[in-house]
Amino acid sequence: MADAPPTSVADTPVVWRSAAGRSVVGARKPSRSTRAWRVWSSAAIVTAVVLAVLIVPPLVDLDEQAVHLADKLLPPSLEHPFGTDDVGRDLLLRCVYGLRVSLLVGVVAAVVATVIGTAVGALAAASGGWVDRVVMRLVDVFSSVPHLLLGIFIVAMFRPGVWPVVISVALTHWLSTARIVRAEVLSLRSRPYIDAAISGGASRWRVTVRHLLPGVLPQAGLAAVLMVPHAIWHESALSFLGLGLPTHQASLGTLVQSARSSLLAGDWWPTLFPGLFIIVPTLAIAGLAGAWRDRINPRRRSELML
Amino acid sequence: MLELRSLTAGYDRRDPVVRDVSLTVAPGESVGLLGPSGCGKSTLARVAALLHRPDRGRVVIDGEPAHGWRHRAPAHGWRHRAPRAQRTAFGVVFQQPRLSADPRLTLTQLISEPLRATGRAAEAAETVRELARTVGLGEDLLGRRPHEVSDGQLQRACLARALVLRPRWLICDEMTAMLDASTTAALVTAVENYRADSGAGLLAVGHDKVLLERWCDRTVHWGELTRV
Repeated sequence: MADAPPTSVADTPVVWRSAAGRSVVGARKPSRSTRAWRVWSSAAIVTAVVLAVLIVPPLVDLDEQAVHLADKLLPPSLEHPFGTDDVGRDLLLRCVYGLRVSLLVGVVAAVVATVIGTAVGALAAASGGWVDRVVMRLVDVFSSVPHLLLGIFIVAMFRPGVWPVVISVALTHWLSTARIVRAEVLSLRSRPYIDAAISGGASRWRVTVRHLLPGVLPQAGLAAVLMVPHAIWHESALSFLGLGLPTHQASLGTLVQSARSSLLAGDWWPTLFPGLFIIVPTLAIAGLAGAWRDRINPRRRSELML
Repeated sequence: MLELRSLTAGYDRRDPVVRDVSLTVAPGESVGLLGPSGCGKSTLARVAALLHRPDRGRVVIDGEPAHGWRHRAPAHGWRHRAPRAQRTAFGVVFQQPRLSADPRLTLTQLISEPLRATGRAAEAAETVRELARTVGLGEDLLGRRPHEVSDGQLQRACLARALVLRPRWLICDEMTAMLDASTTAALVTAVENYRADSGAGLLAVGHDKVLLERWCDRTVHWGELTRV
């Protein structure tokens, strides 16, 4: 009996039978060590990214906008690890600055979106009746419009810059949070402790703020973190389309956009590195958020839901 | 005088759980309501505590009908329809202490929450200490959260919360169903001491015939209420 290798249900692949009768082997739930590795590597990447964007700009006295036409489109070397772009600007420096802008937009937009979503969801659920119906139908209407389209519409009303992008991303991303928060509040609202609070003289406001909202904060926080990668992609997409930040200002989207022209000439580095800077940090943030969700709700299948 | 006048209530208008039930609790009187599980006695208790809007009939408190129910309000808003003064005239103790305590509050906060909600936070510390002694909660337990105490201890805290605003009516919905004999005795004693002190009326709902007959001035069977 001693030290028999544990064979648990979680180790065997899940076999689903599809409608056609063929068996489909689902992905195995990652083992404990894989998950731990994923969490720690995500944490390391996020830490490195945060340190880079916080420390590099004030410490390194280099101008990321300085043009050196003699050094244009140099491939990666020791002097320029990521190479230079078509006007000779150092790409590593521009990537770090771009990530700084993208992270700022992502975090601020996610926080604003979560605040809006939580307020709207809680208002709908705690009011009930026609307020609930009208508000949630409005949410349905907004979510039926593609995010990017609505975002473009909002950005187009302002001069290009960071804050219009933040507003655009925040105003298009609060809808799912509103739904999550409303559902949570509706389920909390029927608990006996709410009855007890009402019987104890609590006003509707007090019940909401003191008993309902604290109960949904974990979910809202998780939704906020899961939204950061989304917001970063959105910012990149808007900038790539030329609607976000002005082209001279480094952001991951503008970097990829301006690199497009040289890609066909065989210069791969101006596209590759900003692209990696979009993908790797956002995956790391999503990995951390996924680990957090597994902690809150361990029975749920672990997969990246972005 | 708490009068429940020909109440019909439930969760589906076409199939009410409580049909045309009348019951009166005189001031200072204790009434035990006996019935099997699922017969609707808890729903009746919720209606009596103004936590559930009846489909028909009315609750009359000292000759004054409970407010806010005559309007065809959407089903959701009813719990806040009755004015605060009427809601706080009732102290309610529910069957399951785990579900009726906010898991994020310490027992002190739990007990004093009604005082804070009604703008009397200043007297909270003193009142909580006194009430904890009354219901037999040790001082060391007061800083803990619901998951750190037993069901019996938590139910004592819930009773203290029900008593903190000194209600004129106590409604105990299967208050002792999950508890052992000594805790049951202690809780019943605490309720009786409070009633002797304040002259409050009591509606105790349960299925323990022996307990309710010893505890209450009179007991009513659910069958008698619905047949009349």
